Amino acid sequence: MTPLPILKLVFAALVILFLLGPLIAVLPLSLTDSVFLNYPIPGYSTRWFRELVTADSWRLSIVNSLLIGAGTTALATLLGTLAALGLRGRRASLVFSTLRTVFLLPMVVPAVVLGVGMQLMFSRYGLTNTYLGVIIAHTVVAVPFVLVNVSSALQGVDVRLEQAAASLGAAPATVLFAVTLPIALPGIISGALFAFATSLDEVVLTLFVAGPNQRTLARQMFATIRENISPAIVSAAAVFIVGTIVLSLAMLAVRRRLA
Amino acid sequence: MQRPALRQRLTAVLLLAPLLAFMLSFFVAPLVTMMKSAVSDPVATEALPRTAAALAGWDRANVPPAPAQSAFAADIRALRNDEQFGDLVRRLNSTQSGFRSLLGKTRRALDGTGAVDLAAIDPRWSETSWWATIADAVASPWTDKNLLAAVDLERNTAGNIAAMPEGASANRLIMIRTFVTAALVTLACILIGLPYAMVAASVEGWRRQILLGAVLLPLWTSLLVRTAAWYIVLQDNGLINAALKGLGLTSTPIPLMFNRLGVIIAMTHVLLPFMVLPIFSVLIAIPRNLMPAAASLGAHPLRAFLHVLLPLSMRGVVSGALLVFMAALGYYITPALIGGANDQMISSVIAYYATAAANWGMAGALGLVLLAMTILLYAVYIRLTAAEERSA
Repeated sequence: MTPLPILKLVFAALVILFLLGPLIAVLPLSLTDSVFLNYPIPGYSTRWFRELVTADSWRLSIVNSLLIGAGTTALATLLGTLAALGLRGRRASLVFSTLRTVFLLPMVVPAVVLGVGMQLMFSRYGLTNTYLGVIIAHTVVAVPFVLVNVSSALQGVDVRLEQAAASLGAAPATVLFAVTLPIALPGIISGALFAFATSLDEVVLTLFVAGPNQRTLARQMFATIRENISPAIVSAAAVFIVGTIVLSLAMLAVRRRLA
Repeated sequence: MQRPALRQRLTAVLLLAPLLAFMLSFFVAPLVTMMKSAVSDPVATEALPRTAAALAGWDRANVPPAPAQSAFAADIRALRNDEQFGDLVRRLNSTQSGFRSLLGKTRRALDGTGAVDLAAIDPRWSETSWWATIADAVASPWTDKNLLAAVDLERNTAGNIAAMPEGASANRLIMIRTFVTAALVTLACILIGLPYAMVAASVEGWRRQILLGAVLLPLWTSLLVRTAAWYIVLQDNGLINAALKGLGLTSTPIPLMFNRLGVIIAMTHVLLPFMVLPIFSVLIAIPRNLMPAAASLGAHPLRAFLHVLLPLSMRGVVSGALLVFMAALGYYITPALIGGANDQMISSVIAYYATAAANWGMAGALGLVLLAMTILLYAVYIRLTAAEERSA
């Protein structure tokens, strides 16, 4: 029986190495003082992190990402939460379940296909090269995440609590704001975080819809890898990874606190 | 009881209306616009309305009669807008080259008024082929040219569908390449993901947390970050080549990037979680005493594995494989950054037509093909998971 567990261990370790190795291996390069992305690192400095905040192209793209991410989060959370409330408890209805499938489709449709359509249509209405256009494009792909998260949170809301509130004379709106939404809040918050993360990482739609003034961090990273790769990309990646860890810890904390 | 139910339904509709309106305007409408651009060809019909009417009954055997010719002359004279004239020239020239000089010359000659003899302006107007191109272009504002070209077909001069000449278009080759790459990535994900999910399901506590965490962390990490990491690891003087050189296994760097191998490695890394998670969720639902039960009935562990665990995990493998294959088909970022010129998939070609060539018709037609394949796979996936939910 001993060879099997060892084989299992070795295999699992190799896959973990494949999954995490590249991400961990490149992080130290963000502190190199050379212009090359090679090991061994000749010397350490924070010059590439400083480049992120001082170079106009990087600074502008970080600001843009935060602006567009905030707009997308607000719009997607509002639309997705309303729709999740509307779809609640109607899985059996053909019309409503079809609507749900349609709302989830942006997760599936290839981004390039959607991007081409958006560029064609948005240019007719003057939405290309505008912040509003980019926020709208990001919201289309972010809404499904809000819908999924809020829907599953609403499934966990005990209907009897709402009935109790209603029987004690609470108006429907009071039940919604005082009972339903507070209980579903963890789902709404994680939906919002997902929406923000989706917007932060979106490249393809941004390529088609945004102009040079709306260049986001992800778009800037894409251009950097494609045109002239520099250690600034690893610094940006390090910021991304730290941001991801902070966001997921925040999500866990919210879940634990409200669960 | 009737009234509250109706009221609830109305509330639901009102809650859904904003997202529905948003999705119709900014998700459905762009896709419809794209599909329309694939099949619409309105330039000639809009620029030459009189010609369209006059050529409707033309026999195509002889040069069109004088009334049709003067209708054409009248249309060209009426085209005051240079942009529209330019569009018309481009449209006709794309079918038959030579129209650029012919139309330019004709338009200058028609500058005055009065009756004109087109054949005197240019002898080409006494050949039927030029008129046939115009007649085809004005016949309908719709075209199947782009859709046919998307699969390397065209209409020959007789109007029948035929294969394009060898080497004229590479779309079919690129589609095959897209399918093969997506299939290889799916296979790699199954080969790594199935045993990994089995290991993760067989342990408990912190070991399982670590195994799942290793899958989830990359999933939460930006796609750009992961692609950049692979770019750095795989390059000629990157980590892998440095390690191989250090171990004395190779003296010259092994090319791992700007080729198919690099694309498949990076895409497998990105899509592996979508294989592991569905298989894992199927496996943990299997009663834990099933394998001991098989063993107690005398089955060799290998036999128990092949006849009990593997068939039961197949549902997870099928949903995982569909998800991975579907996502891989439409991949753009990774092949664009890690792949070479010969590894570009259908999405890159669509992006090329849309951004570099400004050929919306071809971008739309290839987009339509990709969209149809993806939706088809998604429909299969939905059916499978819905059937599972019913049976569960």
